[in-house]
Amino acid sequence: MASVSVRNLDLSFGDVKVLQNLNLDIEKGEFLVLLGSSGCGKSTLLNCIAGLLDITDGQIFISEHNVTWEQPKDRGIGMVFQSYALYPQMTVEGNLAFGLKNARVPKDEIKKRIARAAQLLHIEPLLKRKPAQLSGGQRQRVAIGRALVRDVDVFLFDEPLSNLDAKLRAELRVEIKRLHQQLENTTMIYVTHDQIEAMTLADRIAIMRAGAIQQLADPATIYNKPYNKYVAGFIGSPSINFFDGTLEAASDPVFEAGETKIDLSRYAFSGNGPKPGPVTFGIRPEHIFMDKAAVDEPFRADVEVDVVEPMGADTLVWSKLNGHELRFRVDGQTPLRKGDRVKVGFDPARASIFDAETEMRL
Amino acid sequence: MPSARPSQLFRNLNAKIASIPMILTAVVVFLGGTIWTVVYSFTNSKLLPRMRWVGFDQYERLWSTNRWLISIENLMIFGVLVLIFSLVIGFLLAALLDQKIRFEDTFRTIFLYPFALSFIVTGLVWQWLLNPDFGIQSVVRSLGFEGFNFDPLYNADIVIYGILIAALWQGTGLVMCLMLAGLRGIDEDIWKAARVDGIPIWKTYLFIVIPMMRPVFITTLVIITSGIVKVYDLVVAQTGGGPGIASEVPAKYVYDMMFLSQNLGQGFAASTMMLLTVIIVIVPWAYLEFGGKGKRHG
Amino acid sequence: MAEAGLIDHTDAAAGIRSRALEGPRGARPRRVLSRRNIILYGTLFVVAVYYLLPLYVMIVTSLKGMPEIRLGNVFSPPVEITFEPWVKAWATACTGLNCDGLSRGFWNSVRITIPSVVLSIAIASVNGYALANWRFKGANLFFTILIVGAFIPYQVMLYPIVIILREMGIYGTLTGLVLVHSIFGMPILTLLFRNYFTSVPEELFKAARVDGAGFWGIYFKIMLPMSLPIFVVAMILQVTGIWNDFLFGVVYTKPDIYPMTVQLNNIVNSVQGVKEYNVNMAATLLTGLVPLVVYFVSGKLFVRGIAAGAVKG
Repeated sequence: MASVSVRNLDLSFGDVKVLQNLNLDIEKGEFLVLLGSSGCGKSTLLNCIAGLLDITDGQIFISEHNVTWEQPKDRGIGMVFQSYALYPQMTVEGNLAFGLKNARVPKDEIKKRIARAAQLLHIEPLLKRKPAQLSGGQRQRVAIGRALVRDVDVFLFDEPLSNLDAKLRAELRVEIKRLHQQLENTTMIYVTHDQIEAMTLADRIAIMRAGAIQQLADPATIYNKPYNKYVAGFIGSPSINFFDGTLEAASDPVFEAGETKIDLSRYAFSGNGPKPGPVTFGIRPEHIFMDKAAVDEPFRADVEVDVVEPMGADTLVWSKLNGHELRFRVDGQTPLRKGDRVKVGFDPARASIFDAETEMRL
Repeated sequence: MPSARPSQLFRNLNAKIASIPMILTAVVVFLGGTIWTVVYSFTNSKLLPRMRWVGFDQYERLWSTNRWLISIENLMIFGVLVLIFSLVIGFLLAALLDQKIRFEDTFRTIFLYPFALSFIVTGLVWQWLLNPDFGIQSVVRSLGFEGFNFDPLYNADIVIYGILIAALWQGTGLVMCLMLAGLRGIDEDIWKAARVDGIPIWKTYLFIVIPMMRPVFITTLVIITSGIVKVYDLVVAQTGGGPGIASEVPAKYVYDMMFLSQNLGQGFAASTMMLLTVIIVIVPWAYLEFGGKGKRHG
Repeated sequence: MAEAGLIDHTDAAAGIRSRALEGPRGARPRRVLSRRNIILYGTLFVVAVYYLLPLYVMIVTSLKGMPEIRLGNVFSPPVEITFEPWVKAWATACTGLNCDGLSRGFWNSVRITIPSVVLSIAIASVNGYALANWRFKGANLFFTILIVGAFIPYQVMLYPIVIILREMGIYGTLTGLVLVHSIFGMPILTLLFRNYFTSVPEELFKAARVDGAGFWGIYFKIMLPMSLPIFVVAMILQVTGIWNDFLFGVVYTKPDIYPMTVQLNNIVNSVQGVKEYNVNMAATLLTGLVPLVVYFVSGKLFVRGIAAGAVKG
């Protein structure tokens, strides 16, 4: 049963089309992340779902109700903002209670809900303080609390962690995940540009670009089987290696780029199978192995080390494979220097191949 | 090895030379001039400043002069009303303009243009509009309301309200602009959060936005107040202080004493009182704004 | 990119899609004549009329003949348009002393405004630059005095300046008035320029110093060219401010070099002769014309100027 459904949504500002014919179904209790770079329309979509933006065409259902024309307060949603948006001159308690008082919720009910939210978010000691006396992390907890006390089925998060420093971000990320696990049957829609946040939190990720969803799938699928070249390049850090070349022979598929020939008999082609022609071959740096580890890999080659970037736990190596740039990741302790010649290998089954023209996965 | 340390005096020499006009203005004119006036307010200077000490004589005479008392009374009534009305009207206009309306620029241009005009122009226009024989009063009467009476410029009891109307016409645009800038400075997410919480617009303004705009209100208050104390041209143009002395203001008293009545001592004492008024307003504000830094919340 | 909708084909989605035609769809219906809009635009319209009325009355009055003014009301449009009052206001209106109209005051104001604007901006921009980039010991103290001075009623400093100008031998001259305008324009302008130059990335200034440029070199070659907008803002602020000044004009000049505002007041409020309201309004409009033109031409920059000038702290 869908908790939130977006049907054929269009949004334009004047002549500018921001969202086009967008469809999305989110299950009850699901954690959906809208991921994309800035300007892709992810926050806009969230604001449409919240009712903060008037849509141009289409429909929005929340918990089986058509809420297309409803006011935000009547949609059964709670929302958390990037800038926290706490009411600065009210105490934490006042912030949590203000909306409820306006909705004429009985006093003891307000008290009960605040107590529960405060306990869930560990903000009991802060209730009497003002937002200015809180740290960024504490403020965002309060902002989550304000959504929590509304006692709703759908939570909307608009880049809630972007204003926090890296350490706090990691802490609060876990906190949000835990909260989602505790609140059964609560749907969460979470907008971010941070792929780590997306991968760690999401049940499903919707990758957006230019107002359209590129791929909607669970994190593993998004990572392993990107639907198109954009998704493949967007997800993963360091980013995926791309080689332009041609796909030869339909029966015994081989990828050719100059002197490099990769046997694709292990690659699982989707749909109509291999189609000869120009393609882009993608392989993630972490799927390439070196030296002894490479021995058993179906594809092997010699490369020359160009640049070494040690990052502690592991090291990123930039190398040249027959003139093409190839990045791969090795253990951080591996001694490597510029000019070293090493043997690398990978399994083409883990690669992704895209039609050079449509950029769709083959 | 460092060579001999250059003299501290010649460091940034060009900057110091370039700042001489500023230093002279600050020290000689602003600081020196103010002190000079305060000191000479304790002398019995008449046509020319004379250093003959008379203690608080000038002040005693000042506070027993009917014209000064009327000036102060006018300033108080005028000041309080201008403050209240310009803040309320200015904020309301800004709030209206902030509703994502069409023609916002046109409306803003219309509300602000009087501010570009001289007080003399404003005073003269409103003198004409409030002319009982040809202006608003006569027009309303000609519409059939024979008993309509509105001639502030010829009625000592309400003349200050005539000046008030002109002052508000000229000044509310500025307040609106400051308020609009303040409103635009409010985080967009606050409005969104309030909408999700289901808080009505008027309540959002009253309980969330206005409290958040406290600094803007205080700054505006200070600007309006220091403008009110200085009000002079408007009165000179609109009423000349009349009828009789009914619309006199302190700034006019000072000018008249110094340059028309050859009574410098009175002028100095009166201007010192004006200075005192401003200090009473400015010092607490400056303390709030710049003083207890770090201790401020929100 | 239109593929988006094809990715997800769950049964639940199909279920809802079949009902997709029911219920509200698209934008919230909005009536142009909603109660909210009527109140909103109605209020704005009424207030706009109140603000425009004096300008309208000035214009129509200045285009009427005196007999028509005595008969009609101030709001009625002129039956017979005459430019006589404008000509008279400009060329022959009397101030009590002489009868050569406002033209004398206009040219006086031009001769006062131009050098005052140039001098005050020149001084203040260098001040602001020195304060922002070449901090020397005590600079901030002087600056604080300057800013506090902006709040002191002018009346307190009127007479000491008379003495200073008299000592310098320029009391009652244009030069004296230009100096006074430069002095009293200094606080706001210095603040304006200081804040602007502070916002210029310091790296730029440092790079220029490393390249061997000095105080004046950096000012003329780097700061000046990249700060044209703020100079325009300062110019708008000063042109309107100085043109509209009355107090300094009346205190520090003599009748034959009175600025336009002072002369206007003398013409309109002179007690001799019959009141010619149409000439008065034409004269008033003439005086208001320069700042009005500046205002309507500069638009948003004017707003920026008053916002900068207003936040004096």
